[in-house]
Amino acid sequence: MNENSYETVIGLEVHAQLLTETKLFCSCRPEYGADPNTRVCPVCMGLPGALPVLNKESVTMAIMMGLALECDIAPESVFSRKNYFYPDCPKNYQISMYDKPLCGNGSLKIETDAGERTIGVERIHLEDDSGKMSHETGRGSLVDFNRCGVPLIEIVSRPDIRTGGEAAEYLMRLQQILRYLGICDGNLEEGSMRCDVNISLRRTGSGKLGTKTEIKNLNSFKAVQKGIEFEVERQRSLLERGKRVEQITNLWDQDRGRLVMMRSKEEAHDYRYFPEPDLLPLEVQGEWIEQAREMIPELPIERERRFKNEYGLSSYDCGVLCADKGVADYFEIVAKTTGLAKKSSNWVMREVMGELNNLACAIEDFPVYPENLAKLIKLVQDGTISGSAGREVFEEMIKSGGGPEEIIKRLGLEQISNSIEIESIIEEIISDHPDEVSRYREGKKKLLGFFVGQVMKKSRGKANPKLARDIIIGKLGG
Amino acid sequence: MSISELRKLYSENKVKPSEVVRSCLDSISSNDSRIEAFINVIPEDAMKRARHLDLESSGGMPLYGIPIAVKDNICTKGYETTCASKILEGYRPPYNATVVDRLLEAGAVILGKTNMDEFAMGSSTENSAYKITKNPYNTEYAPGGSSGGSAAAVAASMVPVSLGSDTGGSIRQPASLCGVVGLKGTYGRVSRYGLIAFASSLDQIGPITRTVEDSAAVMNVISGWDSRDATTIPDSTGDLTRGIEKGAEGMKIAVPRGYEEMDVAGEIKEILKGTIEKLEAENANVEFVELPDMDASIACYYILANAEASSNLARYDGVKYAFRAESESLEEMYERTRGEGFGDEVKRRVLLGTYVLSAGYYDAYYKKAQQVRAMICSKFESLFSRYDLVMLPTVPGPSFRIGERIDNPIEMYLSDIFTTPANIAGLPAISVPAGFAENGLPLGIQLLAGYAGEAKLLRGAAVLERMYGFNGNKTE
Repeated sequence: MNENSYETVIGLEVHAQLLTETKLFCSCRPEYGADPNTRVCPVCMGLPGALPVLNKESVTMAIMMGLALECDIAPESVFSRKNYFYPDCPKNYQISMYDKPLCGNGSLKIETDAGERTIGVERIHLEDDSGKMSHETGRGSLVDFNRCGVPLIEIVSRPDIRTGGEAAEYLMRLQQILRYLGICDGNLEEGSMRCDVNISLRRTGSGKLGTKTEIKNLNSFKAVQKGIEFEVERQRSLLERGKRVEQITNLWDQDRGRLVMMRSKEEAHDYRYFPEPDLLPLEVQGEWIEQAREMIPELPIERERRFKNEYGLSSYDCGVLCADKGVADYFEIVAKTTGLAKKSSNWVMREVMGELNNLACAIEDFPVYPENLAKLIKLVQDGTISGSAGREVFEEMIKSGGGPEEIIKRLGLEQISNSIEIESIIEEIISDHPDEVSRYREGKKKLLGFFVGQVMKKSRGKANPKLARDIIIGKLGG
Repeated sequence: MSISELRKLYSENKVKPSEVVRSCLDSISSNDSRIEAFINVIPEDAMKRARHLDLESSGGMPLYGIPIAVKDNICTKGYETTCASKILEGYRPPYNATVVDRLLEAGAVILGKTNMDEFAMGSSTENSAYKITKNPYNTEYAPGGSSGGSAAAVAASMVPVSLGSDTGGSIRQPASLCGVVGLKGTYGRVSRYGLIAFASSLDQIGPITRTVEDSAAVMNVISGWDSRDATTIPDSTGDLTRGIEKGAEGMKIAVPRGYEEMDVAGEIKEILKGTIEKLEAENANVEFVELPDMDASIACYYILANAEASSNLARYDGVKYAFRAESESLEEMYERTRGEGFGDEVKRRVLLGTYVLSAGYYDAYYKKAQQVRAMICSKFESLFSRYDLVMLPTVPGPSFRIGERIDNPIEMYLSDIFTTPANIAGLPAISVPAGFAENGLPLGIQLLAGYAGEAKLLRGAAVLERMYGFNGNKTE
């Protein structure tokens, strides 16, 4: 049987924790890493008699994401109760949107090997998070309710994704947008962004979906891609042997790089959804949507397009610079201050991003301020220091955090632009290399580079290479 | 003694809060072993607070020195709040219900927590895990439910006022059976924050008092918008005690057509007949109308209420607070905790509620009930665009013997037939003591008003109160 006779159909459910001041239904402040059960109140603990009151900020953030993904915003959406027993869910129901979500019918463009593809976004809805269990030998099972009631948005894609790579790309794009909007820190390892995947295979060309399975607990882009590839192969092999795919839920085992079955369809829950009677339907008027729209900054795709037009950079450079909003902001300050887009882009992409990688540091914490980098680039450009000295100054700026002028002075790196000084160096070189001089004069003009190199070497890099070149030509002839 | 009488005595400096509280506590200790209205009494703290109030002036506190009993499903910070269930035995909430905060701010003194049907599920106060409350008029009879403890405590003069909660008639029905006034306001008039939920879209806290005026006075204090309850409505009714003496003239009152054929006690029919005549004599306009279908209403009520209850009661699992059964596994702990902690009526309703919400049955039951609810609401809306009030019995008859209906849930459920429509439609309703049956037990007449029509409702209730000659002193 031909390997291409099956088509993979993948849908993603992504949970993103919103960076609100307070929880979804109470005034507790969420705080990652706080001592267990210290960020709780009767409401988020679901104590008898306590009632939820909706936090408007979370709605605004959800609308922002909806608009960023070109969704329709529902004028009326409804919270429902999703009933299930679990010890870290204090009410034993979760408050989530079910049949009337806040945002629907959106899309997201991703770059794939096959070119740009559009992935449909079926819905975005708000819901509250549950707590956290830990099972400790000797101490039994412990519950931390701090995370209870933390606002989440769930972004559900249409089953438009075809490969693990596309899924990872889609997820990366979502993370990028969430971070641009400033509504989620997108941290997969800490669980502030979580991803569940639905996968099914069908005969190529068939309109009917196959039986789907679910993978939960994917906490990295790599895990998403690997998990999907693993599951696609498993399903393909079953189908090719004429066997049936059972509807199951798998967990991704990070350490062993394989899937572990969590539950089968028979154990699936009946959530008994019904409208949450403690909350009125959520009405979102035009003004609210406009307020949310105004809070949306320029998004990565628009920004890449603008960088291309405004700074004349390559698509690749624009993509790299805009991947992180902080880096793009940094670049813009440097480029605007220097007026040298390409040079600024090179510096930011090579030196700055290289160092960020080495230091495992966020751009916001990078010791070299963009204003100082701009000064440095200008100093190199106007010949005050050489390019190689520039890199030395940059290293020093990372260590000390100081400005470039001060460092140049301290290290004595000013370029020699004094023609008399350079002339005397050139005189010495001419007398030291008579052979090269005569070969040059015989027409081997390529030796010009050799002479300039000698000048730089003798001046320990401080000579202005352009000036040196002019003087050599003057002395030896063009 | 009514609130208004006590207020007069206080303003004339004839009595001090500590004396009034002491006398109520004395009444509780001499009567409650017979009536069993209270689950918990807090004499020391009540006296402490009363003595503190002795030193303050009553100015600005509308319920200054008024002793009050609170149904045991209303959270009181630091005091056991059990919903009369074993599953919440020993549970002390870390916060006060909004109504409790408002009562305390208004100067009231809480004397204790009253008995009820477990989780407010029942119509007799026989479904308590702790005790069976007796009707003060005849202790062989039920006080009604689920706020039976609150109604009996007022009827037996142990307190002048109490708070109950009404999901399908649980304030009005025991008020009727105990001969006191019971008011359920418009849904959202009183904050539910701190009321341990039975059925969230139906529950309302309300006062049980000796007089209509007292009912208005307590409602003034406990009602109003609450930032902690998203379903509360802005309070625009103003002072409800004003205007209740305006009389019946010009009021348009609807009475169910063919009430003479209704399956209710003959005495109630007689009372209704006499009332209609008197109202007309006072220039009220009484007309007979088709009421929204009572049978549909009660069916709809039992589906919606139990569906919500099944979800609201899911939190009692032994993980976090109060009762936990010993067990080997998590699953077993859930099962045994809930199996041993809940009584039969609660289990029955949780099962029913779970069933009507489950996949495959949702459309046939829950969704259908929602549609019926919408229909009832719109019928009432149209009715109240033409009439100020609807008058009908509160309960089909007087109280019944303890134990008589406990094994017949359907018969028990039917005692709520006249009270559930107000909850389904979220409308205000009141029960006023109207007289006695042949066996000497009280009967009540109910009034309903349109959305946020509390002022009209209380005015009408005051008219009935005067007609029936009750002035809150019937058992004294």
